[in-house]
Amino acid sequence: MKIIKSLLAGASLALVASITQAATSGNTLASVDPEADRLALQSFFQKRFPQVPVDDYVNGIYALDAGSREQWEEIEEFPPYEFDVEEGEVLFNTPFANGKSYADCFANEGVGIRQNFPRWDESQGKVVTLESAINQCREANGEKKLGWKKGKIAQISAYMAYTSRDNVFDVQIPNDGAKAAYLDGKQSFYTRRGQLNMSCANCHVAGSNVLIRADLPGPALGHVTHFPVFRSKWGNLGTLHRRYAGCQSNVRGVSQKAQGEKLSNLEFFQTYMSNGLVVNGPGARK
Amino acid sequence: MAKGILRAKAKAKGDNTVVKIMAKHAMETGNRKDKSGNKIPAQFIQTLSVAHNGKTVMEANMGAAVSKNPYLAFTFVGGAKGDELQMTWTENTGASATETAKIK
Repeated sequence: MKIIKSLLAGASLALVASITQAATSGNTLASVDPEADRLALQSFFQKRFPQVPVDDYVNGIYALDAGSREQWEEIEEFPPYEFDVEEGEVLFNTPFANGKSYADCFANEGVGIRQNFPRWDESQGKVVTLESAINQCREANGEKKLGWKKGKIAQISAYMAYTSRDNVFDVQIPNDGAKAAYLDGKQSFYTRRGQLNMSCANCHVAGSNVLIRADLPGPALGHVTHFPVFRSKWGNLGTLHRRYAGCQSNVRGVSQKAQGEKLSNLEFFQTYMSNGLVVNGPGARK
Repeated sequence: MAKGILRAKAKAKGDNTVVKIMAKHAMETGNRKDKSGNKIPAQFIQTLSVAHNGKTVMEANMGAAVSKNPYLAFTFVGGAKGDELQMTWTENTGASATETAKIK
């Protein structure tokens, strides 16, 4: 019970703070202020871990825990996603049957654009993530959709992230439609799910760097910058929505549909929270 | 020259050289079946040897139990910056090649 206690202690300790600081603005369309939320989350983590510079949060838990960082740096010396990036590049440059290629679907021919995703698409009235833009591109050119969670889509996404490394995330909320999507994502983030009755914030705001069994949950700030990710647990590359599904079943809940509206909005919210941080995908994580 | 299947990083540290090698290889065991139920033929790296100045410094005998994209790391005495390592691999199918890497 000691472990659970330490988590609960950490959670209750930071609970007051998380309500007052990690989300200053309200939960209605009129009162929600994304920029204030973003700054509040940053200042929450700065107060909690004063020794960690904000820019370092892109490294997730490795920014906070020295022991894990050492192992991770050893892994990063020979990144396990290297082959996937190479294969992604080949896939990206392979033309479709009609002669066009991915480069025709994206701004700047698909190079160095990861930081602009997910973006609000006014004509579709929804959030478009990088992976869904890849599949939309395929469909528009008469190709079959790829599976959402792993394999080719993750490799292409990895290559696109790789070409965008060190670009600063710049997710825009241009209008009320986008704001509603942001708000929906924010509510998903703070809503408890599953039999364990936990929200994302329980582990990744209040509970970050607090042991859950043998693992330390990473901080919510900079949470999504390194996707797609090569997880040692998976032994291969996966997308953010694959990870979401894992998280949701970990709290013994039903996982939501990959690239559905709910998870896309959650990604939109989380990426907005990481605005100002750099793209460092693809990453390697435990 | 076509890119080989081995990626190597070798670093000289004092008297020693630390070598890290990753091979891009499916390491098929021969026991897996494809969608229509036919066995996928075995194809894995059987031996991998690394030589420095003509002297073998590491030799590995691998089999079907080794994972996809195998990773090896070892240290040997000797080796200086700029030296070349010859890495030779053989598959169970008989295919083989020698690739080189420079010590940094």
